[in-house]
Amino acid sequence: MSPVDLLDRKLLVVTGKGGVGRTTVAAGLAVLAARTGRRTLLCESDPAGGMGTVLEAGRLTYQAREIEPGLHALAVDTESALQEYLQLQLKVPRVARIGPLARTFDFVANAAPGVREILAIGKLGWEVRDGEYDLVVADAPATGHVIAQLRAPRAINDLLTMGLVREQADWLAALLADRSTTGVVLVTTPEETPVTEALELADRLDDEDVDVGLAGVVVNRVLPELFGRAEEEVFQRLAGPGHEALTAALGEDPSGVLTAARLAVGLRRSGATHLAALRAGLPAGVPVLYLPELFARDTGIRAVHRLAEHLADEL
Amino acid sequence: MNDLEQLLAAREIVVTCGAGGVGKTTTAAALAALAATELGGRVLVLTVDPARRLADAMGVGGLGNEAVRVPNEAFAASGARPRGELWAAMLDTKQGWDDLVRRHAPDPATRDAILANPLYDTLTGRMVQSHDYVAMERLHELHASGEWDLIVVDTPPSRHAIDFLEAPGRMADFFTSRFLRILVAPSRHRLIGMASRPFYAIADKVLGAAFLRDIAEFFGLLESMYDGFVERARAVERVLSDERTAFVVVTTLSAVPVREAMFFVDALRERHLQLGAIVLNKVLPPGLLDVRQAALAARLAQDAPALASRVCSEEPMSDEASADDVEMVARVLAEVGDSFGRLRVVAQREAVQRAALEALGHPVVAVPQLDHDVVDLASLLVVGTALRG
Repeated sequence: MSPVDLLDRKLLVVTGKGGVGRTTVAAGLAVLAARTGRRTLLCESDPAGGMGTVLEAGRLTYQAREIEPGLHALAVDTESALQEYLQLQLKVPRVARIGPLARTFDFVANAAPGVREILAIGKLGWEVRDGEYDLVVADAPATGHVIAQLRAPRAINDLLTMGLVREQADWLAALLADRSTTGVVLVTTPEETPVTEALELADRLDDEDVDVGLAGVVVNRVLPELFGRAEEEVFQRLAGPGHEALTAALGEDPSGVLTAARLAVGLRRSGATHLAALRAGLPAGVPVLYLPELFARDTGIRAVHRLAEHLADEL
Repeated sequence: MNDLEQLLAAREIVVTCGAGGVGKTTTAAALAALAATELGGRVLVLTVDPARRLADAMGVGGLGNEAVRVPNEAFAASGARPRGELWAAMLDTKQGWDDLVRRHAPDPATRDAILANPLYDTLTGRMVQSHDYVAMERLHELHASGEWDLIVVDTPPSRHAIDFLEAPGRMADFFTSRFLRILVAPSRHRLIGMASRPFYAIADKVLGAAFLRDIAEFFGLLESMYDGFVERARAVERVLSDERTAFVVVTTLSAVPVREAMFFVDALRERHLQLGAIVLNKVLPPGLLDVRQAALAARLAQDAPALASRVCSEEPMSDEASADDVEMVARVLAEVGDSFGRLRVVAQREAVQRAALEALGHPVVAVPQLDHDVVDLASLLVVGTALRG
């Protein structure tokens, strides 16, 4: 499978351990998709999440908003999703008649099995089926939660034997299972726990009760390799016995500079170990994209644009 | 004693919280290890998701709901001799719920009916937020047992860390809510009030009548345990909000986690919970902010060839000093200078975040960025030492 296929799917579910830059990567993929001519919808699954900040677009709402030409963004909150679901899918008139339901909504969402999850994943499914967009990119919850979402249609099927929700869960499960339509993008950094979690999730995706394809892995914040082997030996010498000579040459002790360089070398080295473990643990044929640590003061949309350029290079 | 050590010495419960990926679990484990080695006593770290290699390295690989003692050999291997005992336990949501039901069920028949209900597994296992409540329950149980001098708790991965704190209250609200009464009512006496009729009409259409009956039956069974649940939830809230408990907010110095940390600091204040300290994790070396070091790095990047030949004349890099050597040293020096420049940009960005956190007026402790992962007790103790300030 060539990596270009990544953006030719209809639904990309982007996930990864908290702190790996999942939101920025999801935004980067969506920006790239839009720039290559795809009508793209970026969905944030947590309305209090960071997508609005990353896009510098203020708070995202349930109403899709155009961020850049061809790129729309929205945030899925469960209550709006429920309202929309009842209205559009079940033809239930708005608000008034679901008063008791709305009032006790927290219960429904928190305690009824999979409701929150099915509504979140259902919204993505409907946007895909609706056909208004070429690609839907979901900034999904962190790895621990995303499995609950992905298997929600099947969990519902286990519990419900009839009703409209049951019917919808069926097509939703089929949509998620279709490898050419839906793919999960795992984001990780070259660190111990994110890599372990990414590999665990890659494993779980194949489980019978999940059954969603892994479209690709994005390794974020890869540090540059400072030295080859021979150069590193020279560096160790300079930082050790050569420290005095270096101080003499500069006329001042560069301890702080050497400390920073040792850290950079050490981080790169441990990162390389984790990258090797990642590659070894992934199923064959899964494309792995590498994004460099940006070392920039950029945050927000400028960082997203730079990331999108690197993604374009990788694809 | 710095603020954190003071905290570990005086409190009974320390709760770490913060955004995902900032090193909450590591910080909790390091705090517990620090307390056990330096202060003594029986210290328990209650974790949600220990990094497997770390758990293995501590000799508690098969960590489960029961507390396991970290063997002294594990400490010996890292050159430390603990004054006290370090114990670890993991939260298993499913197990936690089962225990809860066993404890509160009024009779064996109800207990078995609940455990066998088809909804029970789904509700307890798949319901993400039930982690929070069970964590709180378990904490209460362990604390009440009086077996531990100090319990360090690593909060579950909540989408909003505050969910964790609100879990007991939410659970209590839920069990006393009118909605639950409405839901449970029809399984008793098929009379549905006018108010709830539209709800049933919709719920029926959406979920199917059979499912609704299942739900009603399940909560009907649970109803017998409400009082126990509510009472416990209130007790947990009390322990957390008095001076026995302190919260430690953990963050790295990136924008998003810092925003979450600040949100959490506010949330703690609003709830009159006690913030013990803010831990800044993975902080870059302070030398990166030093102007003179920056000037030296710039000279290395710009003047590498000249500096290299000077260095090589003083300290030959190989037995046969050659022009190749000088060239390679120049390359290395230039790269060292460039690398400093790149990291300095990040360090400066982080300094802004740090200043904002320090301005909040709470004790702030920085843990340096290590060049390796914290996967053994030795590096955990390195983090612990940094936490002492």
